[in-house]
Amino acid sequence: MNSSVITFPGSNCDRDMDVALKKFGFKNKMVWHNDVELPKSDLVVLPGGFSYGDYLRCGSMASKSKIMQSVIKFAKDGGKVMGICNGFQILVESGLLPGALLRNKYLEFICKNVFVKINDKDNSYFKNLKKDTLELHIAHNEGNYFCSKEQVKEIDDNNQIAIYYSNMSGNVDENDNPNGSIKNIAGIFNKEKNVLGMMPHPERMIDPALSGEDGSIFFENLINNLK
Amino acid sequence: MKVSAVITLKKDVLDPQGKIIHQTLNNMGFDSINEVRQGKYFEIDIKENDKKKAEEKIENICKKLLANLVIEDFKIIGSQ
Repeated sequence: MNSSVITFPGSNCDRDMDVALKKFGFKNKMVWHNDVELPKSDLVVLPGGFSYGDYLRCGSMASKSKIMQSVIKFAKDGGKVMGICNGFQILVESGLLPGALLRNKYLEFICKNVFVKINDKDNSYFKNLKKDTLELHIAHNEGNYFCSKEQVKEIDDNNQIAIYYSNMSGNVDENDNPNGSIKNIAGIFNKEKNVLGMMPHPERMIDPALSGEDGSIFFENLINNLK
Repeated sequence: MKVSAVITLKKDVLDPQGKIIHQTLNNMGFDSINEVRQGKYFEIDIKENDKKKAEEKIENICKKLLANLVIEDFKIIGSQ
């Protein structure tokens, strides 16, 4: 399985993602934002970080970079594109995912482990996942997912909500919402479910010595699903 | 020609920074304020002498990059 991780100026989770993808069997290539062509890929990842210093709006500048034209085309042709954290922000700014990510409700940069409940497994990212709730890490200032009431209904009706912030046993409650996101949304799909954006970082949970291993469960399952 | 544009969050979008500024103003004794909404101001120097054409171009720039129309509104507030 071939993957590509796009590095924008200011990306800082690109190498973590590279390590994670390789650990679970992907042949990964790093791609610079100014490149025009994507290498042959089964999965394209937009990593976390602070692309272009978060100028104007998080992800807005990166969404207009050269490589994004190819990423958008790749996604529209059905290619799998996953955006983590700043990558999620880039995906909403590029129009590949609906909605927007606002400043966290209490204006704090949040850096902690959270639990997320998988809402939908009828897709290549979570199909056959052996757990329904994962412990993952979040680190963001703008993760407050917002969209209009009509859009919320639409993404809900289409099963486009990928993961919710929840408690350890998977109950979704406002008390476990770290940033004010509508309906506790932590990640969403596009309509076709080939594009996934999420705030939590699975690549930070792949080493039992340093963290939990729920990221390992996610990546192991992902590569099997893509084979 | 210089064109000025203002971008604000839509009415139904929470503006936590505006809220904190409002609270701070209250604490400072400015207690007659109903609400504060924070926005962005852009002054763009464009190679165009026709006011209408210049504003049309800036409107397009606002739609394509400066504003995210999911959460923000924009207004051209003047050109000279």
